[in-house]
This record gives sequence, structure tokens and C-alpha cells, in this order.
Amino acid sequence: MHMNRREFLQLLAVAAASGMALDSKSALAGNAPANFYDVPRHGNVSFLHFTDCHAQLLPVWFREPNVNLGVGAALGKVPHLVGQHLLKEYGIKPGGAEAHAFTYLDFTEAAKVYGKVGGFAHLKTLVDKMRAQRPGALLLDGGDTWQGSATSLWTNAQDMVDACIKLGVDVMTPHWESTFGAKRVMEIVNKDFKKANIDFVAQNIVTNDFGDQVFKPYTIKEQNGVKIAVIGQAFPYTPIANPRWMVPDWSFGIRDDSMQKWVDEARAKGAQVVIVLSHNGMDVDLKMAGRVTGIDAIFGGHTHDGVPQPVKIKNAKGMTLVTNAGSNGKFLGVMDFEVKGKRVTSFKYRLLPVFSNLLPADPAMDAYIKKVRAPYESKLSEKLAVSDDFLYRRGNFNGTWDQLLVDAMMAVKGADAAFSPGFRWGTTLLPGDAITMERLMDQTAITYPQTTLTSMTGEMIKTIMEDVADNLFNADPYYQQGGDMVRVGGIEYTIAPNAAIGKRIGSMTIKGKPVAASKTYKVAGWAPVAEGATGEPIWDVVATYLRDKKVIKGLKLNEPKIIGVGKSNPGIANYKGGVS
Amino acid sequence: MNALRRNVLKGAAGAGVVAVAVAAGLLKPTQAMAAWNKAAFEAKNVGDAMKGIGAASPADSKDITIKAPDIAENGAVVPVEVTSGIAGTTSIAILAEKNASPLVGNFNLSGGAQGFISTRIKMGQTSLVRAVVNAGGKSYTAAKEVKVTIGGCGG
Repeated sequence: MHMNRREFLQLLAVAAASGMALDSKSALAGNAPANFYDVPRHGNVSFLHFTDCHAQLLPVWFREPNVNLGVGAALGKVPHLVGQHLLKEYGIKPGGAEAHAFTYLDFTEAAKVYGKVGGFAHLKTLVDKMRAQRPGALLLDGGDTWQGSATSLWTNAQDMVDACIKLGVDVMTPHWESTFGAKRVMEIVNKDFKKANIDFVAQNIVTNDFGDQVFKPYTIKEQNGVKIAVIGQAFPYTPIANPRWMVPDWSFGIRDDSMQKWVDEARAKGAQVVIVLSHNGMDVDLKMAGRVTGIDAIFGGHTHDGVPQPVKIKNAKGMTLVTNAGSNGKFLGVMDFEVKGKRVTSFKYRLLPVFSNLLPADPAMDAYIKKVRAPYESKLSEKLAVSDDFLYRRGNFNGTWDQLLVDAMMAVKGADAAFSPGFRWGTTLLPGDAITMERLMDQTAITYPQTTLTSMTGEMIKTIMEDVADNLFNADPYYQQGGDMVRVGGIEYTIAPNAAIGKRIGSMTIKGKPVAASKTYKVAGWAPVAEGATGEPIWDVVATYLRDKKVIKGLKLNEPKIIGVGKSNPGIANYKGGVS
Repeated sequence: MNALRRNVLKGAAGAGVVAVAVAAGLLKPTQAMAAWNKAAFEAKNVGDAMKGIGAASPADSKDITIKAPDIAENGAVVPVEVTSGIAGTTSIAILAEKNASPLVGNFNLSGGAQGFISTRIKMGQTSLVRAVVNAGGKSYTAAKEVKVTIGGCGG
């Protein structure tokens, strides 16, 4: 039955009124089949994949973007489809559980019905259920697992390391993990992971001096008598997007040529299935799949794209599947391969949303999470303010959460303008929810949280914005870094994503007046990548602001006017800043 | 690589890459000590620098491979490798086109040395990195863009 938006909203209203929100199983009955998590096994080799959970051990809200523009060859293609465009591409029924999981549509209303997503105790139940039907299935952790929450920061990533061991991870590759420093990463890999038999693989991390591999490039496993190679691809631009001084002896990069070498070596050693566990970001994975041959599938992350089905990429010697498995613990990818005659002959894939109300918590994992949080509970639950507004982060240009951060920085630091990095992690808050210290830390928990106040000329401000815009909108994915546009407080501007570097940003105004190239402005920011920064941590600055405000309402979202992408671009919908 | 070997090699590197290359017979001592090509190295634009090394209008060549990062991790030390598959290659020059002085280095090869050099260059901003090869009295070129960014804001 097709349900239009109006009917859906009516159903939600009825559901909420009748208390169904408290028991989503009954509310879901009409929309999600009772056998939602029955995924019959296909073939003889299986992989389970989660990525970019950003250290969220408990269920959370997470809203997908309404702006995710594709440029160059990526225009209008997966993963650059939002809302209805994504539903149409994959034939997902509007108003159902999957539509809620994969899109921003009617988010606040639907969230009340379907409940929170993710949480390691619920993920554990789902992983175990999939594994029971797929003996020997490998669990892949695509990275950005150790960073993103208060508890992971305060335990120096130990809470996540132990949670992943208990979850049964087999293979991992990193990105934000490196921001705990090279020494800490090596300690975890050589002690905790070694003991737990977890392979930490990264073909594209080599020493700066001699180009030696820092980690194993790949690992060989066996499943039902089939030899499998899992090659690791860490985030290629870690020392650029994050502080280089934290990994001073390591060099990263994309390294197609060495990827090809390891694929060929693994095949020569008898691997019948070769997969890549990647933190490239989806656009980079799609390009790599066309250039490197012999890979059956790339299991991707970084860009946080919840992509329901793999994209098939043809290359010189065959075809490679490319997946991306979303973020924040919201999804588990399940890939089944049939391997016959020493090669993959068919596949079946599902990207399963992890609805915590539909998956009972695993008791052992639940007990572990409670125990690890106990010393911090009072700090985590401190109520800083209440938000009447809907607070989310994800989107190419701004989110209400980031608006709150830049507003707070400008107010507390007395700045004319403020910059906040275009991070894609960070959970969502529904209107009326309390902003606790824990939720604030979801947006800010990094190992270089210092705030800065800098005098910058108008020219310098434009240069920075142009630089970041090119990292997002360079037509060649290999020159992209995978974050979103820097969030800007105090300065209104226009952006032409398809223009060349230096020519995208225009009409910059501050308090209604044009930004003058030679005039100096006070600009607040946080997360400096240079060594030796000493400002007050961002969470203290924002907590001060929130305690003072007590209620957050009427946030004015500063979104740029977007030029030249077309009003019917399927990568943008419901955008208030203006599109042409 | 074991720690001892790493330290030994670091010691050797400390003695100077040029010394190692001379010892390996790749560079003639006279070339290593050759007169400083002041005009070429101090040229402020690509055209003058290329003229200075006797390659005013090189032909584009697919036989030159430049290996350099798409985005530099550190603009102060950008690793660049150039391989020339052109027979009889006698020199390989590297230019960072937008540097104040574009010519970064010019390597003379002799005695049938392979057309391969590997070095690190300094770059002030996003630019094409150009290789210019002299072979058999003719000059050839290829280029690759290397982006230098202020960083931060990823992921």
C-alpha cells in the first residue's frame, strides 16, 4: 500500500497518541514486516560490516542529510541522493521503517515512532543473530570507532576497544583512531587486539623515512574452506584533516599502485575472495574501484553514506562492488557471496538499520556498558539547557547543532565571526530534549579541542573558506577529504560548488556589510591542527553559554545561497538558504 | 625493517644523499660539483626556468611518470618520484610551477643510469609539479597537480 506523507503523519499522530511510541513493535507492525531481521543466508562466504559508529555505545537519534551534493561525475548519482530521490532510486516505500532509517524525511515525527538507533548491546544481538545463520562470517570494523563520545575520550579509547573485542570484531582499519596518537594506537594493536586476535590492517600507512608498512596491509582468513583476503585502506588524508604531529612518523595517501600490488599478491597466494575494508570515503572508493582490478568488494565508510545496495563498478578485468554503511551505529551491512569454481559468482547485500526497540539488548554487552559508564554518569547527565529546537549536524553546509556551537563561540569569546569544522559525526536531539554534557560531548569530543580567537583579514577568511570548499567540491574525488563545508557563524555568503578553487565563495557580508579584503576581523574557531594550541576546550565554552541560556530556541541557521547546482538537483531538498 | 638496520641507514642518510649517489656511480663528481645554474634556479617563472635548463619548449610525453601525493601531507617536504622511460635520458628536472622560484632541482644522469629520481620538494601552494626530461638532445615533459591545503575540518 502506498502511503503519502499526509497519511503517514496521521498514522504517526495516532500512534503517538495511543502510546505506541513506547512500544515501537506494534507501531512498526504496519510498516516493517515482523521478519524485519530475518535475512536468509546466501552462498558460502559472508561479511558483516559496521563503520563510523563514533564511539556511540548507547542508542541515539541520527538524522541523515537533506544536502549532500555530488559534483563532477558524481552529480545526481549514489551516494549524492537525499530524501525522496534516495527512496525512489532504491524503491523504498515512503513512510516505512527503512525510509526513516535512510532519509531525513519527517524525522522528528518518525523518530518518536521508530525509536532510537544503534547501541552496542543491540548491535551485538543483531551481529550474533546474523552469525548464527552464517558460521564463520567475518565482522569488519571500518574505523572511526574509538572517537566521538565523552567516555571514549575520557577512557583514552579503552571503552570502545573492549566493546569491539566483546562484539567480536575480526578486522579493523583506522581514521580518527590516529588522533589518540601513534603510541596509543600501537599499544592497542600490539596488546589488546593481538590478544583478542583482531587484525588491524592498513596498506596505505607507511613510515615517513623508508616507506615501510606500519601495519599489516592485509590478512588472509578462511571461511568454509574458501581463502579470503581482507586489505585495509585507512583514511588517506589523516595527517592533513587531523593533526599531523599526532602521527609524525607515518605517511598515508591513497596509493592505488600498492593496493594493486597487494591484491595481486593475495590472489597469487590463493585468495578466492579479495575485499577491501576502506575508510576512503565513497567517492574515492568508486574511483578506486575503476582503477584497481581484482577486488570483489570495497566495504566503505568515512562519508557516512547509508547506501542500501552496493554500486557496481566495472574495471579493466571485471567488476567491483562498493558499499557504504552509514554512521553512529545505525546500520549493519550484511554481504553474502556465493563462491564457486574459485571465484565469486553471485552476491546478496542488505544494509540493516539497527532499531534498538526491535532488538533486545545483549545482557553481557549491556552490563559492560553500564559498568564502563558508571564512573562518569553524574558528569555525563549534567543538564546544561533544554532545546526547543531540533538539533542535528549532518549536511553539506550547516546544521542546527553547529549553529549553536558558532553562536556560543561568538558570544563567549566576543568574536565577529566563528568557524566550526565540517565534521559529519555527532548525534541528533529532538525538540524538547535536554542538552546534557554527554550530548554536547557527542559534537565535540576530540583530543585537540582547544578554542582559538584570531585576527584575520577578510582575504584570509575567504582563502580558508575557498580551501575547505575545494576539499569538499573538487571535481576529482582523489582531491576531496570527505568532510562537509566549514560551518560559518557571523558571515553570510554564496557558494558555487561547480566553480574552480578560489572562485566558489562570493557576496561575503558581516552584519549586513561586505567583508573587506584588507580589514581585520576577530574570528573564533576550534580543533586547531597545529601543535601547541592552548585555548579553553570547546565543550567548556559551549557549556558556559548553555548554562547561561537555559533554553535554546529560535536558532537562526546561517546557510549560504547555493549557485549553479540546479533547483532539481537530487542531492538537495528542503533547503532554506536558496538554490539556483 | 629492524631497528638496527634503520639506524645504520639513517646514519648513512646523514652523510648526505649526494655522497651516496656518487658512491653508487650515479652521479659524476664533476656533475655534483658543477657550476650553479644561477639563471635557471633563480628564474621567477616556468618559461625562464625551462629556458635556463635548455628545454624552452619540451614535448608532452606519456613515458614520464610522476609519483607524488594528490594532496601533500606537509608542503615543506613533498615526496616526488620521476621515472623516465625515454631511451638515453640524460637529465631530469623538477619544477613546482607556483613556487616563487619554480625550478626545484635538475639531476644529470650518465653511464646508462636508469631514468629515475626520488626526492622531496618544498611547495608554497597548490600547483602543477612538472618534470622535464632531456634525452638525445630533445626535451620532454609531464605534469601532475599536487594540492597544498591548510588542513583541518575533515571527517
